[in-house]
Amino acid sequence: METTYTIWQYLFTLPVHEIPWWAEVFRSILRVVIGLAFGLGLVPIYVWLERRMLGWVQGRLGPNRVGPEGLLQPIADVIKLFMKEDIIPTNVDRGLFLIAPIIALAPVIMSITVIPWNGSKSWGAVAPGLDIGILFLLGVASIEVYGVILAGWSSNNKYSLLGGLRASSQVISYELGMGLAIIAVLLMCGTLGLQDVVRGYDLRQPHEFVAGTVLNNGQGLINVLPLSGTGYTFYMLDWSSGFWDWNVFRMFPFGLIACVVYMISMIAETNRAPFDLPEAETELVAGFHTEYSGFRFGAFFMSEYANMAIVSTICVTLFFGGWLAPLGILNQVPISWIQALTQTPDSWVPWWANLINSLISALWIILKLFTLISMFILVRASYPRLRYDMLMRFGWKGLLPVALINLVLIAISLAVQHSFRDSLGTAGAWWVGQIIAWALMLAAMLVAFVSVRKSYASRQRDIASGEIPADSPIVRHPVALALPALTSTEK
Amino acid sequence: MPESLAGFLSIPVLLFLIFALGAVSTAVSCVLTPNPVRSALFLVLNLFCVAILYLLLNAYFLAVVQVIVYAGAIMVLFLFVIMLLNLGSPERIPDQMKWQQPVAVGAGILLAAMLTVTIASSVPSFAPATSLPQTARRTTLDAREPGASQTMDNSAILDDIARRPETMGTPYGIGKNLYNPDKPWLFPFEMVSFLLLVAVIGSVSLAGRQTSEEKA
Amino acid sequence: MNPAVQNANYGALTSLMPLGGVVPLTWYITLASLLFITGAVGVLVKRNPIVIFMCVELMLNASNLALIAFGRYLGNSGGMMFSIFVMAVAAAEVAVGLGILISIFRLRDSISVDEVNLMRG
Repeated sequence: METTYTIWQYLFTLPVHEIPWWAEVFRSILRVVIGLAFGLGLVPIYVWLERRMLGWVQGRLGPNRVGPEGLLQPIADVIKLFMKEDIIPTNVDRGLFLIAPIIALAPVIMSITVIPWNGSKSWGAVAPGLDIGILFLLGVASIEVYGVILAGWSSNNKYSLLGGLRASSQVISYELGMGLAIIAVLLMCGTLGLQDVVRGYDLRQPHEFVAGTVLNNGQGLINVLPLSGTGYTFYMLDWSSGFWDWNVFRMFPFGLIACVVYMISMIAETNRAPFDLPEAETELVAGFHTEYSGFRFGAFFMSEYANMAIVSTICVTLFFGGWLAPLGILNQVPISWIQALTQTPDSWVPWWANLINSLISALWIILKLFTLISMFILVRASYPRLRYDMLMRFGWKGLLPVALINLVLIAISLAVQHSFRDSLGTAGAWWVGQIIAWALMLAAMLVAFVSVRKSYASRQRDIASGEIPADSPIVRHPVALALPALTSTEK
Repeated sequence: MPESLAGFLSIPVLLFLIFALGAVSTAVSCVLTPNPVRSALFLVLNLFCVAILYLLLNAYFLAVVQVIVYAGAIMVLFLFVIMLLNLGSPERIPDQMKWQQPVAVGAGILLAAMLTVTIASSVPSFAPATSLPQTARRTTLDAREPGASQTMDNSAILDDIARRPETMGTPYGIGKNLYNPDKPWLFPFEMVSFLLLVAVIGSVSLAGRQTSEEKA
Repeated sequence: MNPAVQNANYGALTSLMPLGGVVPLTWYITLASLLFITGAVGVLVKRNPIVIFMCVELMLNASNLALIAFGRYLGNSGGMMFSIFVMAVAAAEVAVGLGILISIFRLRDSISVDEVNLMRG
């Protein structure tokens, strides 16, 4: 039977496998526009927020003259940057110098494509059907450092080169912890698609995908709603679900550990304080972008802030439930209510119902995003910059082992759960797996504590015997400062 | 031979031609450039082109892994070492074996000609393997769509993904093949992880060792 | 509706592809051998060991391409599995190789392959 559709149905409402290619192209372009508008359009607001918030923390005003509360100050800055002379120093490697800011900005824009802003398969992201979303993000994150390296190298300036070197080693080091934290999430969820990660979807459990069924998938209940004639599949979270179902609280405390590791490494990945060694102005003038001016500097500036927003959004998506509300009841206006209100048949949904629900989803993700951006700013205001060896030691000897052990514990817990699922049921298997993993975690913590204590005791002996001078910086070990009562040997 | 140019020049063929040209030209520039940094950057571009060719071959997982491992980790490491040892300027040391260059290029051209002839004469030109009948079952994404074949068991779909040549390259297909005890890949996989461990320990002990001058 | 759309199994954009136009296996293998030869000539021509390493990577990459192409066209998962191993081996090789280069550089402040002709430090 041949059904005829209107052009609007082709362009907006039909499911993705029922539309011709030109409608898909139109939809893709529209999704790209939406993504870019959100990804780059919010950058001036971050800049304003950072300057005002830093001012508040430091007891001063911050920009407040241009526009209401200084909101137009970033626009004025952009205009200034574009009007400035574009200086290209004489001895730079010209080609690389010119493309370095573009290479810094491009991956940031690319990673916008997979970040979901609602659960729809047609309109949920720039590329909502991509089911290797996390891998794509890892790939893009791994090429972000090229812009900084090339800027540092092509500038033909020793400070720039040092900044670029520092950036490359720092990003390589912290990418490991970040990747392991991300892998922990995909192990817990059993999927690589970002929309599925937000829903906490477990593909390995066999489900009957019949429209109208309610699935219990470990992250709240999901209603598969039949909406024939529209392209929107709502896997609506049940009202009984909420923030306790987010990945950060999943398999407690392993999700939380992964989240903390991710959040620390995301600050290091974006070269923000206290990890802003590549542009440490007290040592390296301005680091890798010393030689840049005008709108090329503006591109670096913009890529830093957009990058900050992207890693925050990834954090929200992976750990804090993406577009989901903290309480299930705030998630969306149920379609059935709208159908009852507008006296429409079951098979038809007014277009504005989906629009409202999408806007509610977008609202939640933006709220969470701004919370994380504020965290970035407060961290910058609160902590002093690390020394370079401290940075490396923290990345390799602190974050990496923690993330690795966390990942192994998650894997053990999941394997135990998998083997007990048939005999004990999902909940019983969960407890067995978690108790084993908790026991292993406590054992690992004990081993770590004993080894730290031992090294501290031997160091104290060295000080007592005079092998290490008492005023040596080694004496002021962070553990010794943090846990003086636990680690002191003399009584 | 195809009946018409339009039937021959499909989108995959065009994409292949574009990115094959890109791969060859970036590989040649990588070898020809005297500047090591540019050489590394051309190699990165070449890796991207090859990653897109992987996508054309439905090896989605490998394409992304190519970008993560090669472009993201290995090449950054190369650039880091180039900048650390300050080798960024073109080579200054006089070449002691000048005769090697023309010989190498000649041997390369000879090898290329031989390989092309061999491949053209012996490798049969057949279409990619396919298990799709005309009334194909929908893939897993479509199965999730209400209105599609709704009663399909999800694990059956996923097993099907792992076996079908078109979808073998998805992460699920790779996992199902790699960790399958009925296939011979599990043991080499464990051996590779062991190899990586050995490489980590080896490189740490190599680079961390102090020379006699530095100790003094 | 367009029949090509109905038969599409990987989303709507598949319908962009006309039937018939399929890249033959020989093209992929020829491309892989060309890349391999470029890498091999680079290894012979270049004097900077880092660039030589990069040319080795080029060769490994070309062999990966051939493996994946064969695997895809024969419907065998072995090609992809093997190229995963090749990538892991390449990563290990680079880690150890660059470590060796750094220690050679520390020892004699130059890493031209012509000068490193002793089988000891």
